[in-house]
Amino acid sequence: MTGKVKTMNRRSSDPYESLGPELLKKMHRLMVLNRVLEERLIKMSKGGDGFFWIGGPGEEGFGVPLGLQVRKGQGNDFDYLHLHYRSSGIALAMGAKPIDTIRQMRTAVTDPYSRGRNFVNHYCIPKWNIMPVSPTIETQYSTVIGTAIAQKRHGGDGLSIVTGGDAGTAEGDFHSCLVWATRPANPLPILIVVVNNAYGISTPWKDQHGEGSISNWAKAFEGMPGKTINGNDPVESYRAIQEAIEHIRKTRGPYLLEAKTSRLHGHSSSSGANRVDEVDCIEVFEAELKKRGLMKTEDLKKVWSDCQKECDEAYNQVKKEPYPEPEDIWNGVFVEGVDKSYPKKGGS
Amino acid sequence: MANMAQAIRMALHYGEENLGVQEIFGEDVGPPLGGVFTATQGLKRAWNSPLDERGIVGAAIGLGWAGSRPVAEIQFVDYIFNTIDLLKLAGNSLWCSGGLMPCPVVFMTPTGSGIHGSIYHSHSFDSIASKIHGMKVVCPSTALDAYGLMIAAIKDDNPVLYLKPKALLRAKGRDLIPGEPEDEKALKKMIDAPIGDRSKWKPNWPKLEEVEIPIGKAKIAREGRDATLITHGRLAPISLQVAEELKKESKGDIEVIDLRSLIPYDWEAITKSIRKTGRVIFVNEETEISNFAEHLLRRVVDEMFYELAVRPKLLCGKAVPGIGLSPVLENHSVPQKKDIRMAIESLLSEQA
Ligand SMILES: Cc1ncc(C[n+]2csc(CCOP(=O)(O)OP(=O)(O)O)c2C)c(N)n1
Repeated sequence: MTGKVKTMNRRSSDPYESLGPELLKKMHRLMVLNRVLEERLIKMSKGGDGFFWIGGPGEEGFGVPLGLQVRKGQGNDFDYLHLHYRSSGIALAMGAKPIDTIRQMRTAVTDPYSRGRNFVNHYCIPKWNIMPVSPTIETQYSTVIGTAIAQKRHGGDGLSIVTGGDAGTAEGDFHSCLVWATRPANPLPILIVVVNNAYGISTPWKDQHGEGSISNWAKAFEGMPGKTINGNDPVESYRAIQEAIEHIRKTRGPYLLEAKTSRLHGHSSSSGANRVDEVDCIEVFEAELKKRGLMKTEDLKKVWSDCQKECDEAYNQVKKEPYPEPEDIWNGVFVEGVDKSYPKKGGS
Repeated sequence: MANMAQAIRMALHYGEENLGVQEIFGEDVGPPLGGVFTATQGLKRAWNSPLDERGIVGAAIGLGWAGSRPVAEIQFVDYIFNTIDLLKLAGNSLWCSGGLMPCPVVFMTPTGSGIHGSIYHSHSFDSIASKIHGMKVVCPSTALDAYGLMIAAIKDDNPVLYLKPKALLRAKGRDLIPGEPEDEKALKKMIDAPIGDRSKWKPNWPKLEEVEIPIGKAKIAREGRDATLITHGRLAPISLQVAEELKKESKGDIEVIDLRSLIPYDWEAITKSIRKTGRVIFVNEETEISNFAEHLLRRVVDEMFYELAVRPKLLCGKAVPGIGLSPVLENHSVPQKKDIRMAIESLLSEQA
């Protein structure tokens, strides 16, 4: 996708110049859309239009630049994504529509990711290789191994991307991912991302982990680069992701990238989902865009109001859409459906 | 005649040649060993994984999503317990995605007792497996069924857990797998790896044909009129022996049903047979308390209460934390031939 941005000048040493104004504005718009969408979802959760909320406000500065650099499509020639529940920025930047996330929030049967079955921000988009997001922390670090093996066997330069949080790295699946990605018998093209927002639900990272920074894990695995970046800076993130992806496409081996971000509405609706006082990546980005004369206050305002309008309209539409029918529980047990003798009564 | 391990190996070979199986992997599955029970010797696509069951199951799921038709092995079912949430993910990925993301994967693993395996090489997993909804569960008791069920499992678009009764893996079959030579020594020479240096060895595969044992279909292993015995896996051949003995002694004519598939199970075959005999016993080596057959029993009681001549029965393992190494302990934990015989005699003797 980056190739389409004509004004990008990768040779410039100023990272803003290297990305070029068109791409910067595009990233800004997507970050705002992402924020407005998440705020709408939180409102829905608080207002009884749906239930639990979990999502990515505060991670837009990393998610959007990542989503924009995915080679999007279906099958082994394209990139696979094994995401966690804070990845709305990645999905929107790839082209997902806010209305579909709102559908999932409202448990509407029109929810294209789970037909009203899963929590919000649990994407599944096979046509873009977005594998099902599971609420189980860290299992995506095990499943990513498989798509990467398939890509290695297939040839070409497709890669598999996995994302998750800092606390989850204590699970064995994270270790599995590091070991399998660096097997001398078959190194794997995986972009191993950890988004470090400094907390589990309430438990601070620094009380539970002695490894300093998460990217230090790369030191134990020969040939795997590891890097920690400021994920609140979309430009630094863009460049770091670009470098990591290029490395993986070329070497067919893994790369460990840790992005430090804020968590602007706490962990989820279960902790209130109220705004907290941490660095806001959009505020910082907007100040920089204004300082550089790339956008004016009115331009920024217009982006916000356009995104607001899009999400409001989507919400009003979704409110008219139906919920699943009770019998829908039987869809998807087996590919061919359930046989007539399958026990369906729930007891006697 | 192939033994069960050879039959599975030949089915996997058929799978890698004809059914799109791209990866066969697990602990010690690749060369030089070819699996602790030799079920993956000589296969083109077989490779060794790290000693990491969660990684194995996770990798298989990713491969399934990517369309690679993987067959992944857990070395012993006793070591599958730390993968349960990943098995759930395999079973629920279609459902959770509202029907978008199937997970065609075969997990195979040796199961059950009967080899003096003590606490961690004797477990069964049938009952827990049956609760991972969305995943199919099969368990053969003959070499030919092992061959045909593996082919069916590979072709199935759902995740399939393929349980290999470890005590039967070296047992010879009675039916010829289409394509295998009749002389078992000839087969051994063709496909068994030599002792010693194997680095230059290559198998010489017979020209195999496809056999598909449909998942969800039980086998009437023996027809009978007086009572129905429903079993699977290791206890199927033993139950069959007991049935033959009882017949010879004119003590009863037992119909033996080998389920072959636990999920989905063949309810039609079960009900048809019970309707004929009015007497039923379920036999398996899983432990009591939420034993898989306890579900079948409940359903029989619910739906066939007035068609039963006498109380339906279950013979299964004792609900203790492990199976002890001493044969005294193992034999007292898991149903033995004499227990099966006694249970059937008691089923036959009850007055209707
Ligand atoms: C295996 C598992 N254990 C526990 C939970 C409950 N849980 C949900 S989110 C969470 C914290 C995760 O923290 P982190 O990995 O840092 O990601 P973050 O939410 O901060 O992005 C926990 C404990 C879970 N979903 N899955």
